[in-house]
Amino acid sequence: MLEMLETVWTWLQSQYLIWTVLKILVIVAPLITAVAFYTYFERKVIGAMQIRVGPNRVGPLGLIQPFADVFKLLLKEIILPTNANRFLFVLAPVIALAPAFAAWAVVPFNDFLVLADVDAGLLYVLALTSLGVYGIIIAGWASNSKYAFLGAMRAAAQAVSYEIAMGFALVGVLILAGTMNLREIVLAQQGGLFDWFWLPLLPLFVIYMISGLAETNRAPFDVAEGESEIVAGFHVEYSGAAFAVFFLAEYANMILISGLTAILFAGGWLSPFQGWPLLGDTILGQESIIWFLAKTVVFMFMFLWYRATFPRYRYDQIMRLGWKVLIPITLVWVLVAAMMVLLGIVVRGS
Amino acid sequence: MKRIFEYLRSLMLLELLKGLSLTMRHMFRPNITIIYPEEKTPKSPRFRGLHALRRYPNGEERCIACKLCEAVCPALAITIDSTQREDGTRRTTRYDIDLFKCIYCGFCEESCPVDSIVLTDFLEYHMETREESILTKDKLLAIGDRFESKIAEARKKDAAYR
Repeated sequence: MLEMLETVWTWLQSQYLIWTVLKILVIVAPLITAVAFYTYFERKVIGAMQIRVGPNRVGPLGLIQPFADVFKLLLKEIILPTNANRFLFVLAPVIALAPAFAAWAVVPFNDFLVLADVDAGLLYVLALTSLGVYGIIIAGWASNSKYAFLGAMRAAAQAVSYEIAMGFALVGVLILAGTMNLREIVLAQQGGLFDWFWLPLLPLFVIYMISGLAETNRAPFDVAEGESEIVAGFHVEYSGAAFAVFFLAEYANMILISGLTAILFAGGWLSPFQGWPLLGDTILGQESIIWFLAKTVVFMFMFLWYRATFPRYRYDQIMRLGWKVLIPITLVWVLVAAMMVLLGIVVRGS
Repeated sequence: MKRIFEYLRSLMLLELLKGLSLTMRHMFRPNITIIYPEEKTPKSPRFRGLHALRRYPNGEERCIACKLCEAVCPALAITIDSTQREDGTRRTTRYDIDLFKCIYCGFCEESCPVDSIVLTDFLEYHMETREESILTKDKLLAIGDRFESKIAEARKKDAAYR
């Protein structure tokens, strides 16, 4: 019996296509589950912050709520607006969702658990996260609705502005790590909590989180949706399963940005207590995938925390913040980071 | 100089941190939600809910068809027809309240000289067809019979303030 399993196992590994598809499934299936429970988590957390209880009717503590929502959306009718571009209308949610999942290909969960150990991983991630906005723009264009179009224009302008700040924030990481390979970026952060990149790159870390909010169109940068101003922005005309896909994309993007923040600035799977006296020798000091997941969850929580706290930015304020505050700061701090490496304050790729 | 100082101060994101700490503190506060069907808020004895027609303890209906409630009703929700019964008393043959018209002002109860028409504290009712929105005399008397003890108790509590 065991031998048979072993032969099947080796055969599977020899079949490159099947093996890769299996690996993709192992990443995407938990990701979709995580998205489902992230929506539940969001409603519970924001509920608690508003002294409410949140969903508690479907299943124990309301835990089945996300599945009830999904089934509701899948059973609803998809309405194609008249004069909408049918092809683009259907394509848009797919374009929004695909990059959010595809980017996970290069995300290292620990030293060896990574689907594709690409040397230009950071470039790949940067390219894919900026692709997501095309889904929104196309959705707004194809809907043939003024509100959707306004949302799409806002999303386009916002994404272009914050893409730059985000890119510069990543340049800072590149300077310190000296590599674009995400796995090696994490390895360059060896040492405890204070050896991770968030400390020498603190302004870039904050700016990365802010532009991450803007990139995912989350509060306080959710002008692309802007319920109170333009109904629902780019997805006004979407219903049923197509709307569910947009929803999925938004939350998958949030998880992705959280994971990337954990990798780029918070040492990925490395333990915060690494090399500390006492704690460093216990199991807490060990590097493990659990640290990566825990850090990701912390950053995911921050997305919700910001949403519960901050009111939406006015559109022109968003532009001002992006161009006149964030980009100059990143420009300066990229220089500072380079100086830090040059003067040996931070040892590159330690 | 002052402007530079202000600029640097705004970069510290102090206001944002203040807001974040506020929401974080609220997160650990016990929530104030009333989990409705299981928990309910207390109701005043003056609560104006579903209508009812009361009876005397001997089972005789109180209503004497004076039509004061019909006259006072600002929404014209009450319709009354009356006749003389065999024992010579005046009684209603029809007493309809249209729940869609009623605004639950309680004037009918105020005007009633025999405390016949009352508003109970019952508010969890529904109807499945439009016809059910008309409460007929039979239905009103049945509601009165069902909630008589509660109605009497609420009236007793409120009597001191009337």
